[in-house]
Amino acid sequence: MPTNNQNSRRSHGWMGIHRGHKARPMEWLAEKFIFLVSLSAILMVLLIFLFVAREALPVFFGQTNTALVQKPIPPEDLEKHSAAELQAYLELTPEQYAKISKAGLRDLMSVKVDAQNDIPEDFRNDPDAQINTTEWQYMIKPHQWNGYAKPEYIWQPVGQVKKFNLIPLFIGTLKTTLIGLFFAVPLAVGAAIYVSQLARPRTREIVKPVIEMLSGIPSVVVGFFALIVMATVLQSVLRYETRLNAFVAGIALGFAVIPVIFSIAEDALTSVPRSYSQAALALGASRWQTAWQVVLPAALPGVFAATVLGFGRAIGETMIVLMVCSASVVSWNVFDSARSITTTIAAEMAEAVNGGPHYRILFMLGALLFAATFISNLIGDFVIHRFKQKLEGKR
Amino acid sequence: METTSSPVYQPTSAPLSSRRHFRADKFDFWSFFFSGLTGLATLLIVGILVVILANIVYNGWRGFSWHFVSTIPKKDFFDINTTGVLPMIVGTAFRVVVMTIFVIPVGVITAIYLTEYAANNSIITRIIRAAVNNLAGVPSIVFGLFGLGFFINFVGKNMDYVLHNTSAVWGQPALIWSALTLAVMTMPVVIVATEESLKAIPPGLREASLALGATKLETILKIVLPQALPGIMTGGILAISRASGEVAPILFTGVAYYMASLPTHLSDQFMDLGYHVFVLSTQSPNIQQTQPILYATVLVLLLLTFALNIVAVLIRARVRKKLRSMH
Amino acid sequence: MADTLIPKIAPQETTATAAKSETPFIDIQNVCLYYGASKALKNISVQLDEKVVTAFIGPSGCGKSTLLRCLNRMNDLIDSVRIEGSIKIGGHDIYDGDVDVIELRKRVGMVFQKSNPFPKSIYENVAYGLRLHGIKSKSEMDGRIEESLRGSALWDEVKDRLHSSALGLSGGQQQRLCIARAIAIKPEVILMDEPASALDPIATARVEDLILDLKKEFTIVIVTHNMQQAARISDQTAFFYMGELVEFGPTTKIFTNPAQKRTEDYVSGRFG
Repeated sequence: MPTNNQNSRRSHGWMGIHRGHKARPMEWLAEKFIFLVSLSAILMVLLIFLFVAREALPVFFGQTNTALVQKPIPPEDLEKHSAAELQAYLELTPEQYAKISKAGLRDLMSVKVDAQNDIPEDFRNDPDAQINTTEWQYMIKPHQWNGYAKPEYIWQPVGQVKKFNLIPLFIGTLKTTLIGLFFAVPLAVGAAIYVSQLARPRTREIVKPVIEMLSGIPSVVVGFFALIVMATVLQSVLRYETRLNAFVAGIALGFAVIPVIFSIAEDALTSVPRSYSQAALALGASRWQTAWQVVLPAALPGVFAATVLGFGRAIGETMIVLMVCSASVVSWNVFDSARSITTTIAAEMAEAVNGGPHYRILFMLGALLFAATFISNLIGDFVIHRFKQKLEGKR
Repeated sequence: METTSSPVYQPTSAPLSSRRHFRADKFDFWSFFFSGLTGLATLLIVGILVVILANIVYNGWRGFSWHFVSTIPKKDFFDINTTGVLPMIVGTAFRVVVMTIFVIPVGVITAIYLTEYAANNSIITRIIRAAVNNLAGVPSIVFGLFGLGFFINFVGKNMDYVLHNTSAVWGQPALIWSALTLAVMTMPVVIVATEESLKAIPPGLREASLALGATKLETILKIVLPQALPGIMTGGILAISRASGEVAPILFTGVAYYMASLPTHLSDQFMDLGYHVFVLSTQSPNIQQTQPILYATVLVLLLLTFALNIVAVLIRARVRKKLRSMH
Repeated sequence: MADTLIPKIAPQETTATAAKSETPFIDIQNVCLYYGASKALKNISVQLDEKVVTAFIGPSGCGKSTLLRCLNRMNDLIDSVRIEGSIKIGGHDIYDGDVDVIELRKRVGMVFQKSNPFPKSIYENVAYGLRLHGIKSKSEMDGRIEESLRGSALWDEVKDRLHSSALGLSGGQQQRLCIARAIAIKPEVILMDEPASALDPIATARVEDLILDLKKEFTIVIVTHNMQQAARISDQTAFFYMGELVEFGPTTKIFTNPAQKRTEDYVSGRFG
């Protein structure tokens, strides 16, 4: 091979290599661009929390007042109050507030004064009329409303006096979620043990994707199935009164949660080093004894994390419970209907006035839900992280 | 001379087993019982899946026909012979396509950053990963609230303001907002699938390319991405499957129970298969009459989502097998 | 392209050639390399000549592969690596601040222990590096690809199936394809990291013959744990032990009359 060709192609000899990064601006640009795009994930999480919480802040800080009988702010006193106070008082969103002129604000305020004057005398003396139902004490503690025999937790955002107690929703969520978990965890963990430790490898290859297929069924379909088929079947078997209740919803919820718990638990069990189980088997333990006494304890953090993540998934599930249960009943009886946080948001948002207290409370529920799943995901991921580290690093 | 030294191991206890054969003495009941129990659990789960699918196929088959899938129904949804689900299919398809346009580029680029560029232990990498994980865990209804609070009430309303629209065009529920909300929701699916396929490519290929004098970007574009394409497709298909079936995120952001015409603009509202099932099954007056329609609609939805899911799983299995032969 | 048939040289002749004593082509001065806190290369200084085959030998973990990878800055890809000292190739310090690493790697090629052909056709594998260099015309591309495949003694076996997948070749053929891919872009130095360790004896012999052919055009540095291989094909040998350069010199001297006791112990198999 003649050397002339070689040298003519590299006319600078080795000098050409002295160009450094400056020769490749496209590379540098592309790298920065890729980095910026990846930051979008962080941006999205922040935006979600920000914009959901934003709508809820007035309620959270006690700036709304739903008392029917209030001391109205006279229009003359417009200047004495901050923008935030006026927005809460007039039930306006920040965008609406920005568009209205001062004269328009004054008009709205005089409307409010008139409305106050229009309240009939007998109702004025009703104790309920004086209450700001969006204060925290009414949202959390039971209260004896006019017409009820004893203090109750009531969520009833329609009617003259709107009652916004959150406890029934929490109870509803807990009822369905706990039933779902009680049903799903033993099944999913049991199946995970079977598939990863006891079954033949070929069985594992078939069963694992099949169970994961269960997660491919949309929750609407599961809810539909529960509504039409399961509710009837369970009622004829267990013979309770209400056909559509928290029990049915909980079982259906379990269907949706099983694949989540299964795949994480199975993953954790398979991550336990083969050497552990082989040592046990070599000492004469049966497959079950090995699984139960050696592998499962080693994989316990992973199984725990699976349950936590399943819990997070269950409290966030909407459509299934929405299709099965509709009434909001406060009781610990699993055979009564129930309303969860998610179904309440889904069902009532359409009727809530944009910017009003109901609307804001629904957003607040959403923010609380986000915080709850955020925390449970953090715990679950953290436990799995430590678990995997233990298997690799500190072994 | 004898050189016997005293042995180190001098057993004094009796042997543990006196038998000479290898057959089992007694039947290990508890092992059998618990093994059977867990096997039963597995069977039960698989059984649930089979029952649900079978029930829907069996009941939905009768109403399912080409006519059903291709007709735009008049206001009356209740006659199995004249109704159709074409607008729902179009609505679902349209919003899913728009979603894909946004989610695939952003998801793939993020996955490329995480696998190819990011230093493994830096703070920013861990935060990005934590953000992706959290995004995956956010409840679907919260996404709906996000779509309402951010896209419609903030972006949309400001767009209307900037464009001097007299009535709300963008500041109300619309297909684009539903699509964007779904894009945010399914991003983790695309990222995880892409990362999985990128990690499966043996590092030797990247080294070979770099050793020949290719830049990192060239290596990614010419060697790594083409190899990862099936995995990216899997991620896309899974995202589409998920987005087709989710109802909660679109509740406030664009879905409608009845639209007179098919959606054509990004600012239109749309009908949806899942939403239709939801409304019809919880609010229809005569459940007996609507049941066959419901089942047929559910069957269509299932075919769409489930079939897509299976395709994705099959692609993934084939790719795994091919890569294993390369190592 | 008829001038690419290179007569084979019998192995004995090469080992008898003494090292040419000119200005060193690869000049390694006081190089230390740290993986985080642990020191993997301890003050290595060695000068390698142009167009000879130099072998790096030594027991596992002695640093020979690490030093090899310094020569084309592949160690840059590892986060925790820190390098002191200087390495000059052709008179230019390759760790200088404004050196373009991409250009460096086009001049200093590498063949890896485990053959890593791209999952493309045989043609595309060799064409990849050529395209990076900007070769566009099909005729020139075809010519250079044939030249490289002939140069790596693979042409006759694959000329009828250039567009079939490279993954369908045997292990030895794949490695020769990787060599063809490396020489296609006409580097000045070829680094080989145990290129035949994954191959059977027949394929190994063919690769060794190839190296003897190639040294006429390229400077070759080969890492090997097979001492007989080093004795067969290299002109100069460097013996490494625990991150230090123990001895360097003409291959015949190292294997028949080494100056250091440790070298003698290693080449006679007393440890390894």
